[in-house]
Amino acid sequence: MDIFTQQLINGLVLGSIYALVALGYTMVYGILELINFAHGEVTMIGAMVALSVIGVLLGASPDLPGLMVVIAGLLVAIPACMALAFGIEKIAYRPLRKAPRLAPLITAIGVSIILQNVAMLVWGRQYVSFPAILPRGQHEILGAHITDLQIAIVVLSLLSMAGLWLLVEKTRLGRAMRATAQSKEVAELMGVNVDRVISYTFIIGAAIAAIAGVMVSAYYGLAHYYMGFMLGLKAFSAAVLGGIGNIAGAMLGGLLLGVIEALGAGYIGDLTGGFLGSHYQDVFAFLVLILVLVFRPSGLLGERVASRA
Amino acid sequence: MSLLSVHGLKVAYGGIQAVRGIDLEVAEGELVCLIGANGAGKSSTLKGIMGLAHPRGEVLLAGERLHKLPTHAIAARGLALVPEGRGVFGRLTVAENLDMGAYARRDRAGIQADLARAYDLFPRLAERRAQLAGTLSGGEQQMLAIARALMGRPRLLLLDEPSMGLAPLMVRKIYETITMIAAEGVTLLLVEQNAHLALKVSQRAYVMESGEITLSGSSAELAANPRVRAAYLGE
Repeated sequence: MDIFTQQLINGLVLGSIYALVALGYTMVYGILELINFAHGEVTMIGAMVALSVIGVLLGASPDLPGLMVVIAGLLVAIPACMALAFGIEKIAYRPLRKAPRLAPLITAIGVSIILQNVAMLVWGRQYVSFPAILPRGQHEILGAHITDLQIAIVVLSLLSMAGLWLLVEKTRLGRAMRATAQSKEVAELMGVNVDRVISYTFIIGAAIAAIAGVMVSAYYGLAHYYMGFMLGLKAFSAAVLGGIGNIAGAMLGGLLLGVIEALGAGYIGDLTGGFLGSHYQDVFAFLVLILVLVFRPSGLLGERVASRA
Repeated sequence: MSLLSVHGLKVAYGGIQAVRGIDLEVAEGELVCLIGANGAGKSSTLKGIMGLAHPRGEVLLAGERLHKLPTHAIAARGLALVPEGRGVFGRLTVAENLDMGAYARRDRAGIQADLARAYDLFPRLAERRAQLAGTLSGGEQQMLAIARALMGRPRLLLLDEPSMGLAPLMVRKIYETITMIAAEGVTLLLVEQNAHLALKVSQRAYVMESGEITLSGSSAELAANPRVRAAYLGE
């Protein structure tokens, strides 16, 4: 088996999940210049809600087709996350819109901790396992394996990204979002209800996060109240790598970070003569974050932060 | 009846009173200008009318109370402000900027017609419709800002220092455009530091000093007023 190709595939799968979560960070940052640290937890809640729905459905009738059950879970998780994000913005962030920037940032960390603890109370401290109900076909390409699930993750991610792209570039709401990101005051002067546009931004990011949460728990076969923390940090790193505030950047940064991580994990043993194992893969995301912040703080596709037309 | 009536408008930033309770009227079809020195409160007056910067006082548009409404609702009722420094969306294309001007409208056919008219009025913008607005020159951005405001078919257009920072040739062009817009029946309230220009194109004028209106009258009258001549016309 070709390790390079295999890790490249694994990296692209993981990276497409990072990209989806990173989009939520970058969209909110683009409009509010707020790092919404609770976004990782919204992803976690998406996974948990979907798993609960899946559990109920399987409990009621174990013979339901697995794919349908998972889709049903996803279709409940998406609106649940949208409602959650709408509430978070309205209750926690909106009152601080004009406060110094540190206040909403600390609030975001607080919201994140609250969500973790609520999830722990509701779903427990244990790992919640994702039942093995999805088709598990495997294919070979270029000497590497790829599973049906991996293919589904990449395809669904690309579709979500394409959908978001169309929304932002081609619709009236998308145009209002981009205008609001550049100047809230002038957008208001054009008749844009800026508060509503900000709500939509959170809601859309949360819908995508729910998809990512379900996919990541299906991929690893489990979910946990703390899973949003690391996933959120990595997705945030991906957003910074691509250039925070930039939607294409989040997509690129996510995919790239996934690939860097997977290749790093695949080769770290050889590189260090067996001293460090593949469980050090988390190091790479943060190494990349540090390098980007040192050498190219605006990210790969980012623009100069100072300009405000 | 006036199209716009402002009563006792106050705007403050922190503890600093920028506008100290002014009254102002603009009749349908009029071009009224507000002149005064830097920091007299002219821009703050326009912002206050649009509901920005937490104004107090009354603002009525054809009798309808606007002062309780959020800015986007005021805009949707037909007030358009071309802000100081133009405020074009630099990372949106020229065409997208114009679309944003018509954001509050839903009549597709009307919007298309007005877009065609805007490109007619400003052929320069037509040439550059796919270009990012941030790449335009200052004068072109000013034209875009005016064209964008007109896309909303405003009942009243507020212009804040349209000549600021532009080359004399461009200033003349912008003012030709303003005169033309006024001739088409659009009601205008113009804020300008360049009193010469403003008094020449307007029918009536207000003079603002330290947040208060100190003089008002027909523009011809004010242009002949010795105080105005000394303070604002450099004579």
